[in-house]
Amino acid sequence: MTRDGRLVSGRSTAGGRPGVVRAVGLSRVYGQGKSLVRAVDGVDLDVPAGQTLAVTGPSGCGKSTLLQLLGGLDRPSSGEVWLGGRRIDHLGERALARLRRRAIGFVFQSFHLMDELSAVENVELAALLAGASPRAARARATGLLARVGLANRARHLPSELSGGQRQRVAIARALVNEPLVVFADEPTGNLDSTATRDILRLFGELRAARQTLVVVTHDDRVAATADRVVALRDGTLLDDTRLDGGTRPLGALLGWEG
Amino acid sequence: MQDVVLALLAKEPSHGYDLRRRLVAALGPLGETLNVGQVYVTLTRLEKAGLVVQDREDAPVRGPRRKVYALTAAGQERVTAWMGESAGPRADVPEFHLKLVAAAESGLADPLALVDARRRELMRSLAEAQQATLEHDTNSEAGLLLEGVALRLQADLRWLEACERTWAALASRGKGGGNG
Repeated sequence: MTRDGRLVSGRSTAGGRPGVVRAVGLSRVYGQGKSLVRAVDGVDLDVPAGQTLAVTGPSGCGKSTLLQLLGGLDRPSSGEVWLGGRRIDHLGERALARLRRRAIGFVFQSFHLMDELSAVENVELAALLAGASPRAARARATGLLARVGLANRARHLPSELSGGQRQRVAIARALVNEPLVVFADEPTGNLDSTATRDILRLFGELRAARQTLVVVTHDDRVAATADRVVALRDGTLLDDTRLDGGTRPLGALLGWEG
Repeated sequence: MQDVVLALLAKEPSHGYDLRRRLVAALGPLGETLNVGQVYVTLTRLEKAGLVVQDREDAPVRGPRRKVYALTAAGQERVTAWMGESAGPRADVPEFHLKLVAAAESGLADPLALVDARRRELMRSLAEAQQATLEHDTNSEAGLLLEGVALRLQADLRWLEACERTWAALASRGKGGGNG
């Protein structure tokens, strides 16, 4: 968290420059012969700094695979992945792991918190692994937990938190190293509607703070928090919609005009 | 109903009974109560508006005389405009459904392209409604209305997924679409 209390430090869009996250002709196939599955099939994608992008599609459309490729958790069969101007798809394991720890934040459907660590310890661990001093790690973790509305839950174990609270801890953890990009995979998949609301609000704040974010979801509410929505079908990008810059009066939603 | 009837006529001139049959086929059980009188009322209105014209009047030896209606140039123009125009945030499910059927039958538009355009429109509306919802107290009257609007939009988006699946399957089977 920045000193002025915003969720992340503001970043200006790199006008005309290649995006923070870039995929070029990206493909991932499984199996071979007749059982060959093209999970991701020739995807080109460019996510500029400060953009929030939602990737939507039915289950099995390849959206989780795409996210894993972009986040360096899986390797493409062909094509390129670029992060912050650097090609990452053929980095060695060690370099990839370091990159993931320092430059990328991950949010998963099932939270992936360490059960034996408290909320604040979960968040600060990510900072420590990225090389922060214990003092700085604790300060950043405490600040981010306050920012996601969990100041009074910092010492609780994950098992003492609700699903929505756990996911908010995971989001704080994803932000603790001020990553180039946050990747989120079905972040509301395990949450009820009240908890989902909290996550939607947080994502709205991330968007306002211009945190680069790629979220994979089949929940239209989550997609609607993004600047841009792309639809993935059978591993291919079909539709690309900008949601920002709307100037229509809200009253149009009533459909009473005309 | 006027736009739907016009769109069905875009494929070929038809008489009222045939139009009713095609509407009932497209509407399924929901079309059961549609009687041919309603279709003729609509056709008469369209004729008065100069959008359709009676192409010819069959006079068979026996049975009722069947009037065959065809689109005028103005009717053709209106159908094209209807296909292209956005449905608005509160559009009916049956109306959009019939638009897809009519688009496929007449070849005036690709149903999947209409589904894509509709999804973009609904997604934008949902983004607007949701942003406003999050800024309001859930327990306020205004928040309640916004939540209802957002839920409606979500339901419409989910139905669109089904539309996409079905029309994509119909297209890949090489059916021009529809039941006509």
